[in-house]
Amino acid sequence: MNLSRKWLNEFVEIDAGDREFAEAMTLSGSKVELTHDMGGEISNVVVGRILSMERHPDSDHMWVCQLDVGREEPVQIVTGAWNIHEGDLVPVALHKSTLPGGKKIEKGKLRGVLSNGMLCSLSELGLDERDFPYGVITAAALLNDYHPIDPDKPSIPADIKPGDKVFGPVMCAGVANVSPSGDGKWECTLIRTENDGPCATTLLTDCQNLHKWDLVAYNTKTNTICTLADLHAEQKEFPHCIPDGIFVLQEDCKPGDDIKAVTGLDDHVVEFEITPNRPDCLSVIGLAREAAATFDKPCRFHQPEVKGGGEGVLPELLDVETPDPELCPRYTARMVRNVKIGPSPKWMRERLRAMGVRPINNIVDITNYVMLEYGQPMHAFDYRYVKGGKIVVRRAQDGEELTTLDGNVRKLNSNMLVIADDTRAVGLAGIMGGLNSEIVEDTVDVVFESANFDGTTIRKTALSLGMRTEASAKFEKGLDILNTLPAVNRACELVELLGAGEVLDGVIDILNYVPQPTVLKVEPDRINALLGTDVSENVMYTILQKLGFETTKERGMVKVPSWRGDVKEMADLAEEVARFYGYNNIPTTLMKGQTTLGGYSPEQKLEQALGCVCRSCGYDEIITYSFISPTWYDKIGWEADAPCRRSFKILNPLGEDTSIMRTTTLPSMLDILARNYNYRNKDVRLYELGRIYQPGGENGLANEAKVLTLGACGESFSFYDLKGTVEAILKDIRAEKVTFLPVADDPSYHPGRCAYFYSGSDMVGVLGQIHPNVAKSFGVDAELYCAELSLDELMNAKGADPEYVPLPKFPSVTRDIAVVCDEAVTVGALENAIRKGAKGLLKEVSLFDIYRGKGIDEGKKSVAFNLVLRADDRSLTSEEADEDVKSILAALERECGAKLR
Amino acid sequence: MKEQLAKIKSEAMTAFGAVASPAALDELRVRYLGKKGELTAVLKQMGRLSPEERPAMGALANEVRAALEEAIESAAKKLEEEALEARLKAESLDVTVPGKAPKLGHKHPMYRALDEIKDIFVGMGFTVLDGPEIELAQLNFDRLNAEEGHPSRDWSDSFYFDRDARVMLRSQTSPMQVRAMDSMPLPIRIIAPGRVYRKDEIDATHSPMFHQVEGMVIDKNVTMADLKGTLNLLAEELFGKGTVTRFRPHHFPFTEPSCEMDVQCHKCGGAGCPTCKGEGWIELLGAGMIHPNVLRMANIDPEEWSGWAFGMGLERTAMRRFKIADLRLIFENDVRFLEQF
Repeated sequence: MNLSRKWLNEFVEIDAGDREFAEAMTLSGSKVELTHDMGGEISNVVVGRILSMERHPDSDHMWVCQLDVGREEPVQIVTGAWNIHEGDLVPVALHKSTLPGGKKIEKGKLRGVLSNGMLCSLSELGLDERDFPYGVITAAALLNDYHPIDPDKPSIPADIKPGDKVFGPVMCAGVANVSPSGDGKWECTLIRTENDGPCATTLLTDCQNLHKWDLVAYNTKTNTICTLADLHAEQKEFPHCIPDGIFVLQEDCKPGDDIKAVTGLDDHVVEFEITPNRPDCLSVIGLAREAAATFDKPCRFHQPEVKGGGEGVLPELLDVETPDPELCPRYTARMVRNVKIGPSPKWMRERLRAMGVRPINNIVDITNYVMLEYGQPMHAFDYRYVKGGKIVVRRAQDGEELTTLDGNVRKLNSNMLVIADDTRAVGLAGIMGGLNSEIVEDTVDVVFESANFDGTTIRKTALSLGMRTEASAKFEKGLDILNTLPAVNRACELVELLGAGEVLDGVIDILNYVPQPTVLKVEPDRINALLGTDVSENVMYTILQKLGFETTKERGMVKVPSWRGDVKEMADLAEEVARFYGYNNIPTTLMKGQTTLGGYSPEQKLEQALGCVCRSCGYDEIITYSFISPTWYDKIGWEADAPCRRSFKILNPLGEDTSIMRTTTLPSMLDILARNYNYRNKDVRLYELGRIYQPGGENGLANEAKVLTLGACGESFSFYDLKGTVEAILKDIRAEKVTFLPVADDPSYHPGRCAYFYSGSDMVGVLGQIHPNVAKSFGVDAELYCAELSLDELMNAKGADPEYVPLPKFPSVTRDIAVVCDEAVTVGALENAIRKGAKGLLKEVSLFDIYRGKGIDEGKKSVAFNLVLRADDRSLTSEEADEDVKSILAALERECGAKLR
Repeated sequence: MKEQLAKIKSEAMTAFGAVASPAALDELRVRYLGKKGELTAVLKQMGRLSPEERPAMGALANEVRAALEEAIESAAKKLEEEALEARLKAESLDVTVPGKAPKLGHKHPMYRALDEIKDIFVGMGFTVLDGPEIELAQLNFDRLNAEEGHPSRDWSDSFYFDRDARVMLRSQTSPMQVRAMDSMPLPIRIIAPGRVYRKDEIDATHSPMFHQVEGMVIDKNVTMADLKGTLNLLAEELFGKGTVTRFRPHHFPFTEPSCEMDVQCHKCGGAGCPTCKGEGWIELLGAGMIHPNVLRMANIDPEEWSGWAFGMGLERTAMRRFKIADLRLIFENDVRFLEQF
C-alpha cells in the first residue's frame, strides 16, 4: 500500500520527516517498507516557454531555442528534439541542475553554439506516459529527414519536392504553417503543386514534429500526414522522427515554476506492508487514523456532500436485486447523467500517480480515487448497457461467459458472483467490470456501484480465474459494511467538483445484513497481566478513543469501530493498548513460575553422539532437500515397480525435480558427492542426518524415519575406510553381536563390495561402494562410497551403559600365526574358527596381514593374525599358550581348511 | 713407591681430563684400575713393604684409587652430557613445518546455529520436540486460528498432497505448538526445530525448504514482558552481549498481541546501510502471546493459562551469525564452504 504524504496531510497534518514518520508508524504497527521522495533527485529544473526557435547553423537536426524561464533575460538552449514549437511550455534543466539517476546538467557548447542547460523529456524526469498520457509523441515521417538504407537505391529521391508522388495517393507536401489547435492537436497547412498549380490543404494532425518548411508525405485519399508506420519505414530511415522528445506541458503553470510542483514530483510516497487483518489500512483514511493516533494529532475527516438535482428519478431508472443476500450483504449505487468524459484534473492525477495508479479518465479516476481514499472498491458502468434498467447481483450460471475489462473471456460457474442486467452479466462482482459496460469516450449516463461482497466468494473466484485485482484483494479480507454509502457519496461529490456530470438525487441502498457493533469489556487488570505492564486505566481509554473506540453508557465497556473487524476480545484490546503504549516500553522480565526439567530425549542424544563420531572420523555435515525427482530412483538402479518407490507426491510442486518426498537419502547424498567431485574437491567425506518419508503413517501422514547417511569419495579412499567409520559408530554406541554380511544384489551398490550389517538379527544398515553404473548416472567416473544407517535400528542396537571391568592383573602372551587357505575363505570365517578353537584364554584376535604371491600357491592366500592370550588368575606359561594355539590351528584346519604357513 | 703412586695419579688425571669418548675412557679405566692396571701393579708391591710403612702407603694408595675413580666418574658424566647435547642438536626440527593434521569433520553452519539455540533453551528448562514435516493442514492452519482464506493456505504458497488440501508439507514449525498442547501436561516449555516448506523459488534469500525453530511457553501468569526478556536473552547469546533489539507490532493468526523482533544492524549500528536495506534493523523472528482461540481449541482455559510463542528462521540466523551472503550456499554443500565452520 503506497501512501502519498500530501494526501495524508489533507486528513492529518504530520510534519515529521520521512525517516521519523516511517519509524514511528512501524513501531505503532504499520510497517513501512520504504519511503520515496518522488522528486528527490531533481533540482533546479523549471518551466520554460519557448520564445523562438532557429535551426542550428551547423547541424541538420538541432534547434537553438530562446526560453523564458521566469528571469529577466531569456535563456538559450540547444536541443535535438523536433516535437517542440514556439509558445510551448517545457521542463528546462538549467545550468547546474540535477535529474534522476544522478545526472548533472551544466552549460556547454553544442556544435559551437552555447546551450545553458537542457530541455527534458518525460523519462529524463523519471516519468513516463502513464503519468502523463498526453506526453505520448506521434511523429510524422519528415521527408527532409529521409536517410536511405542503401544510398544507391533510395525509395524517396533526394530532390523530392512538394507535389511529387511518393506512392499511390501519397504525395510530398511542404509545411507552410503549424499552429496548436488546443486539445493536443495541430492545425497544419500543407502546400503542393497539383495540375501545375499551387494547392493548399489545412488539416488537423496529432503529429508534433512538424515545422514550417518540413516536407511530409501527405495521403490525399485519407487527408492525413503519414507516420513511419504508414510508410512501412524503419526508424533508421527517419532517424530524427522518433516517438520521443521533450515533454510539452499542458499543465496550468508559468515560466519559472519548479517542475516538481508542476508535475506532482514534490510529493513523498511511503510504502506500507499492511497485514491481512487490517484491510481498513489499505486506504488513505485508514492510515490517517493510525498516523493521527501515532503522532497524537487530530484527524479532519470530511463528510461528502452531494448537491444532486440531476434530471430523472433514480428508482424509475434503476432497479437492483440481490437474490443471494449472503454473498452480497450490501449494495449501494448512485447515478450520474450527462457525463463529460475527459482527463481528470492535475491534483487528482498526481495523487493517483503517487499511489501507483494510472490515470485514465475522470470517471474511472474517481472510482480509483475513492477506493484509495476510503478503501472501498467502486465500480462505474455505462448505464445504456444495463438492459432493462435492472441490476441483478447473482451467481453466475455454469458455463456463462463474460469478457472482463482486460479483454479476456472468462468462463464462469455458479460459485461466482456476477453483476448482471436483465439478460447478461456486466461485471464480475468485486473483481473486475465487464467490457460490455465499460466507460468509454461517449458514455453519457453512469452507475456508480459501491457494494460489500462476501470475502470468501471473491477470493475463491479470483483464485480460480487467476485474476487477483486491487478490488478483490480488498474484498477478500472483509471490508467495513458501513463504508459503502460514504464512498458512493464521495464519488458523486467528486463528479460535481470536477464538473463531470449531473448526479441524480437519491441512493439505492440494499442492506441485507445489519451489522451489530461489537461491544467489549475493558479489563485493565487482565490486559496488564497479559502484557506484564502497569498501564493505567485512563491511558488505556485514551489509546482506545484515539483509535475510534467509543465508550458506552455502560461503564467499562467500549464499542469497537465498524472498520475494526479484527478486534474481538480482550487480547485484541491488549494489542491496541500495547501498540500505542509502545512495545518497547513493555518491561523485559525473565520467566517465573514452576520450573520445568527440560533436556534432550535419548533419540536426540543419540543423534548428537552420532554427529560427533562422524565429525571425528572426518565427515562434514550436509543438508539436502527432502523432495527429489522421481527419476532419481532410476538413477540409483531401483526397479520400475520396486515397492520402495511408493512416495508422497506433491500435487503442486515447484518443478518435477522437487516433486516427491524421498523414501531414500542415497540419491541426495550421491548428488552432493557428484557436485563436490565436479568441483574437484579432494578427499570428500560427508554425512547427513535426514529423514525419509514412507507412506503408511497415522492419519494418512508419513512414517518419517531418520537415516544417517555417509558418503565419501577420494583417491585413496577404500571400502575399509568406510567400514572403519561404520564400525567406529557401532562401537561408540556399544552395539553388540555386530555382523557384516556380503550382499551382491543391492542394485545401488557394487555386487562385490557391499555389506548389510546387523546387530543380532536386526539389520542396521548397508555400506559399500556405489555401483559404477549408478555413479555414472550421477556423472561421476570414480569410486563413490556410501553407507545408510537406520536411526531407529541404531537406537535399538544401542548397548547398555558401560560397566567397569577390572584391568588384567597378570601378563598376557601374544602369538602371531599365519595360515594358508583358499581364496574363497573369508577373514570373518577364519576369525570365527579361531574363536571356536580357543580354550578360554584367547582375549583378542586381530588381522595384520593378507598375502598373495611368491611362495603361496595360485588360488590361495596367507592370512596372519595376532592373538592375545591371558588368564585372569595367573601368569600363563608358554606351554599353556602353545596348547591353546595348537587347538586354534586345529580348528582353522578343520573348519576352513587353513594350514599353518 | 710413593713416587710411583704420585706419578700414576698425575698421569691418569691428565689422561682422564682429555678423554674424548666413552670407549677411550673405559680403556683408561682398565689401564689404571683394571686387574692388570698400573695401580693394581703398584699395590701388588705392598707385600714388600715393612709393616710400619704399610698402613701409610695403603692409605695413600686408597686415596689415589678414590681420586681416580672420582675422575673417571666425572669424565663419564661430562661425556654423557656432551653426547646428549650432540644428540639433541642433531634431533632438532623445523617447527614451522605444518603438523600432520587428523581430518576432522565440520558441523553444518545451520546446525551450529541451531545447537547454540537449543542449548540456550534447554538451559532454561525447555524440552526439544521433533515432529512430522508431512502434516495435517488442520494442525498447520485451522488449529492455529488461520481461517480458510488465509493467504498462506493458497496453493501458490504451500505444498499439498491431496486435492482436499488435507495433508501438506508444514509451512511452519508452529503446528508443533498444537502437538505439544495436545500431548503434554501443563505447564509447557518447548522448542521444536525442523524443516518447513514454502513455495518459493530458489534464490539468494529464498528456498522452498528451510528450517525454523519454534518456541512456546504455557504457564500461569506468563506475560509479554517475559517473552521480551527471553528473546532478548536469545539475541544476546547468539549475537553477543549488548545486542540491541526492538519489538514491532505485527500480525500472526495464532498470537495476539503479535510482534516481530529486530536486531540492530551489526554493520552500521542502526544508522542504515546496504546490509539492513537502510533501515538500521534486521528482522530476526516473529512472536507473540498465544491467541486465546488457539488455547481454547486445545482445551486450555485462557482465563487461567497464558503463553507465548516465537518462530525464527534458522538459515537466516546462521547467515547473519556467520555472515553468509547467499542462502544457496547452505544447500549446495560444497566442502570448501562446509569446512569453514
